[in-house]
Amino acid sequence: MQWFANPARFVRLADRVLPYALGATVALFALGLYFALVASPPDYQQGESVRIMYVHVPSAYMASATYMLLAAAGFVTLVWRHPLAAVAGRAAAPLGLAFTGLALATGSLWGKPMWGAWWVWDARLTSVLVLFFLFLGYMALWGALEDRDKAARAASILALVGVVNIPIIKFSVDWWNTLHQPASLLRAGGPTLDPAMLRPLLVMIAAYTVYFLTVLLWRMKAELAEIKLVNLSRRGRAG
Amino acid sequence: MSGFFDMGGYGLFVWPAYGLVFVTLFGVALASWRRERQKARLLRRLERDARAPDDGRTGR
Repeated sequence: MQWFANPARFVRLADRVLPYALGATVALFALGLYFALVASPPDYQQGESVRIMYVHVPSAYMASATYMLLAAAGFVTLVWRHPLAAVAGRAAAPLGLAFTGLALATGSLWGKPMWGAWWVWDARLTSVLVLFFLFLGYMALWGALEDRDKAARAASILALVGVVNIPIIKFSVDWWNTLHQPASLLRAGGPTLDPAMLRPLLVMIAAYTVYFLTVLLWRMKAELAEIKLVNLSRRGRAG
Repeated sequence: MSGFFDMGGYGLFVWPAYGLVFVTLFGVALASWRRERQKARLLRRLERDARAPDDGRTGR
């Protein structure tokens, strides 16, 4: 953990990882899209519309995972004042916002033909909408406060408070009567999906994960460069 | 082949979903990559121009 404290060392590590992460992203998306759109069967109830699942579930899964990263980064920022944690949180937030937006949009496009409605105020959908606004609020706090340390602390507190929403999202389909179908992947007793559908889904989740890693590293590098630029210009003005 | 694009009558829902995912993820990735390159370039130039003697720590 302490090893990462040195930003220069982190950037060197990122530069070593990035080519592989980018290559894996392209390869896994190509494979995942082939499985999802060509080499998997239609559902016996939902027909071809089930293919939306292969982008919907990874988007939703990454939305929650990114938020948990934000909360963890917030915790590390508040407790240990680790500078890279704040950088990671700030860099990850727009990705989380994008994943959440995609989960909502693809869910809407799946809900219309299956439920007959683009949107329902159901517990799962509403708690994911709350997640969307948590990401927005987190980014707004970073943008609103001039002092970097203050902004990092305020955003970290918001991220930690908002983490109660994560179990609500996860268990909303069990706690309330919802239109949204219950978990078929991360559940006690193992996945209930047919292997032919599990395979494209898992490859797409892997693709999303390495995509996230790739873009997160780019964004963290940009963020670290930005901090250096601000310090340089400040020193220039002072001198 | 028309069956592939028709998606059993769900083409109007399946393709926009995939299109939206592609456009969003590609757009975020491209913007992030370009921002990183731009910041790195600017930083290199500034560090070269103002190579202060006490700045050896951050130089490469």
